[in-house]
Parts: sequence; structure tokens; C-alpha cells
Amino acid sequence: MSIIVSAIGQGLTWGVVGIGLFLTFRILDFPDMTVEGTFPMGAATCVAAIYNGVPPILATLLAMIVGMLAGLVTGLLYTKGKIPVLLAGILTMTAAYSINLRIMGRANLSLYGKSTLLDSFKGLPPYFNSVFLGMLVIFVVTGLIIYFLQTNLGQAFIATGDNPVMAKSLGISTDTMQIMGLSVSNGFIALGGALVAQNNGFADVNMGIGIIVVALASIIIGEVVFGELTMNERLIAVTIGSILYRFVILIVLQLGFNANDLNLISAIVLAIFMMFPAFEKRFKVRRTIAKGATRNE
Amino acid sequence: MSEPIFEIKDAVVKVNAGTPEEINIMDHVNFKINPGDFITILGTNGAGKSTLFNIIGGDLHLSSGQILLHGKDITNMSVEKRTRFLSRVFQDPKMGTAPRMTVAENLLLSKKRGQHRGLGTRKLKQNMAEFHKLTQTMNNGLDERLDTPTGDLSGGQRQALSFLMATIKRPEILLLDEHTAALDPQTSADLMRATNERITEDKLTCLMITHHLEDALKYGNRLVVLEHGKIKYDFSAEEKSNLTKEKMLTFFGDIDG
Repeated sequence: MSIIVSAIGQGLTWGVVGIGLFLTFRILDFPDMTVEGTFPMGAATCVAAIYNGVPPILATLLAMIVGMLAGLVTGLLYTKGKIPVLLAGILTMTAAYSINLRIMGRANLSLYGKSTLLDSFKGLPPYFNSVFLGMLVIFVVTGLIIYFLQTNLGQAFIATGDNPVMAKSLGISTDTMQIMGLSVSNGFIALGGALVAQNNGFADVNMGIGIIVVALASIIIGEVVFGELTMNERLIAVTIGSILYRFVILIVLQLGFNANDLNLISAIVLAIFMMFPAFEKRFKVRRTIAKGATRNE
Repeated sequence: MSEPIFEIKDAVVKVNAGTPEEINIMDHVNFKINPGDFITILGTNGAGKSTLFNIIGGDLHLSSGQILLHGKDITNMSVEKRTRFLSRVFQDPKMGTAPRMTVAENLLLSKKRGQHRGLGTRKLKQNMAEFHKLTQTMNNGLDERLDTPTGDLSGGQRQALSFLMATIKRPEILLLDEHTAALDPQTSADLMRATNERITEDKLTCLMITHHLEDALKYGNRLVVLEHGKIKYDFSAEEKSNLTKEKMLTFFGDIDG
């Protein structure tokens, strides 16, 4: 039971990272590699701040701001420096590694004995605090983005990702939209990093490796499971996808795989889900499933 | 005569500047747009039609010369700022609309062309009645597909939508860049008719690039012919009324009629 609760808590926390990536990957249509640097940057900033006596809530917000600044750098490199977005992200990600080491002063830093945001939820059964914290953060983040996307600015943001030529011809500053998207996205990813670090009780400079795969898995699993959805539903599907992904990992680990194989497993899980639409077309998977369901009735 | 809305003075656009391949793709052009002008533009490929639109729209900057709007210098004004007075329909139906957004969402976006977009909610529902009425004028089923993503529309519907988007908020200058060229003959003729109605009824100032001699002669009150980055002819309404397709072909036999 506690393993399942823990998986839900982790899924909710990682959902923030998935939603952050959704803004660039699905709305702006950008493969933003910055996330592999901003996730540990959020963790490092938050842990270093708490370690130095900053209250956890401020440390978490600080992590988010630092993540936004990293996203801003990628945005400027791409829009003003005319560096392709994939390379711009890789540059920031690489630079972030050194900055993260500077922030922590060493390769990893523990929160042992320090109070974190999770301590705000006392008197609960094990792991329920991470579920409540995750739910609270997901609720606020998803709500904010849903509201934002319905505003005139949000619509201009969506249009920029959908057709930048058209957006420009309507007077939308596509550069500003892209910089804003990359900043906000990386802010949320750093927030996710800060929450995961508080959950785990430490930050490690290498904890960013494979993050893009995990975040993409949340997005893709949500899409494959739920199919055609509205924008708002898709945002909610990311969190559900994130929780389902945690369950898949949990099952795989229960089958006896080593935790060192986690990145390999993550990549395989994502590859399978990403290939699903192609398989579906070829083997008519959904129709077969539907047929099976009818027969059972 | 009224003051021109827009003026291009001695405009030069060089490419490959400073190399042996240096060439002026816009070569000392002087051009005035008067209020209510509906100018059709003809020219062979490479004559400078798109270059002219790109310098009006701000996508391309002048190597030398000046651009004036109501007498004010706007030579260095950005593309985004120029959309306050200018709208454009592209040749490719895919270029003018956002494919994953619905017809209504696209219209709403264009209603705020050139304006500040803030954190106020978009108020889509309050605009639906207006969008319904507007799309009905195109007579092509667009009014029944307001909630459809534009990526699912036919090319004709998408281009009709692009035209509506360019005119929903009255532009001071409307640029039509061969906007019917990618459509089948019937759809193209329907859109051209609707375009002409809208321009004449609303007295819009418009520049239209076309490859069809008939359309260039039939529509508008001025006809401009470009060649090698220069204005070869600029026929007034009166001169235009005396032109025939045959006469035009003797001026430049190589234009696709």
C-alpha cells in the first residue's frame, strides 16, 4: 500500500515537470533540452538555500526563479542569438552543470535534519505528505496554466507555436512569446526539481540525466491513454500520465530489475508509448481492444 | 487629390551586396498608395512583386530609400508594429491560419491584430454570433465549422478564413499575395468575387498580386506592372479601362494569361 501511495506522490510531483515541458514540447513545438539542466538547478538551489537556513517555501520559489532565468538564457540564445533551439538548450544545460556545482559547492548536498515543505503536512500516514503537497502544487500550476491559455496573451502564445508566420502577421511578437514560454516552462521544471529534492532529501548534480525522457513519458502516456482531448484535458492528462508512468516503473522494479537500469527502462517505456500510434495504425490495436471488450460483455 | 496613405521613395533593396553577384531586386522604386486604391500587380517571376510586399510589410529592409505612412517615416518599423495598419493574405492557405486552433479562435486572434494582448480572458463566446454572421458571407460552409480546427478545413475554406481574418479588423492597407492561386478554378473564382465585394463595399485600400491577366484587368482601379525590380507601368483607372488582354500581351508577351 505505501509503495502505491509513494508512487502517486511521486507521480504528482513529477507531473509538474511534465506540465512544464508540455508548454515547450507540445505548445511551442520545441525540443527544449534546457530541462536537463534546470531540473537539477531547481533541486540544487532549493537544497542549498534550505541548507543555509532559508525557509523551505522561499527556497522553493527561489528555485523556480532560477529555473526561469535559465529558460530565459535559452530563449535569448534562440531568438536573439539565432542559435537553433535544440543547440541553445544543450548549451544552457551544459553551462547549468557547472553552475549547479557552484550553487551547492559540491556534487551533492543532503537535507538531513533540515525541515522541508513536506513537514508542513504533519500527522499523516507515511508518504501521504508527498501526495498532499503534490496535489496542492499540481492544482495551482494546472489551474494557472489553464487560466493563462484562455487569456488573450495565452492565445497569442498558442498561436505562436501553431503558426509563427501567421502569429507575426497578426502583430504577435513571436520572440517574446518564445522567450516567455521557455522561461515559464523551465521555471516549472525547476519547481519540480525543488519538490523532488525535498522528497528525496538531497540534491545531486547528476539528477538531471534522463529527465527529458521522464517528462516526455508523462505527456505521451497521457496522450496515448486518453486519445483526442481538449487543451485543458490534455494538461490534466499529463499528471495522470505521470502517475501511470510511476506505476509502470514500480511494476518493472517489482519484477526484479535493478534501480541502476532505471534510465534504460524509462527510455524503453517512452519508446513503446511513442511508437504506439504507428503500431495502432498498422495493427488496428484500438479496434482489437474494443472488439475484445464487446466479446467479453 | 487626397494625400497618399503610404509612400515608397527611391527604394533600393540589394542582395549579395559588395560581391560580384550584387543585384538590386528593388531598383529605385517610387510608389504611392492613395486612400481607396485597389491596385492589381502583375509581373513575371522575379520581377519584384513579393519584394514589394515584403518591404511594405517590413519583412525586408531597404538598402536605401524611405517608407512613409501618412507622411511619417516608418522605414525601420518592425513587422509586428506595421500590423497595426496592415494585413496580409498569403498564397499558401496553410500560412494564414493556426491549424490546431479552431476557426472561431483564429478569427478572435485576428480581431486583435496589432493590439496589445494582455491577461484578460479572451471572451470567445461573446463573439460567436458575429463570427457566425461573418463566415456566412463566404457561402462555403465555414459558418457551420466555427469549432473545427482549421487544419481540418479544405484549402478553399482555409483561404476564405485567411481573407476574413485579414479584414475582420479594418486594415488601412490590405495585401493580397496571389491569394487565390493555390485553389481550384471554381473555388478561386468564388473567393475572388467575395474579395472584390468586400473591398468595394468597405472601400478598403488594397494591393493584389495576381498572375491572371483577366483578374488584373477586371478588378481594381489601378494596374501596376513590375519588371526587374522596377515599376514598368502604372495604369490609372482611366487608362486601365482602355486596356484589353490582347493589348497587355503586346506589352509583355511572357506573362501567363
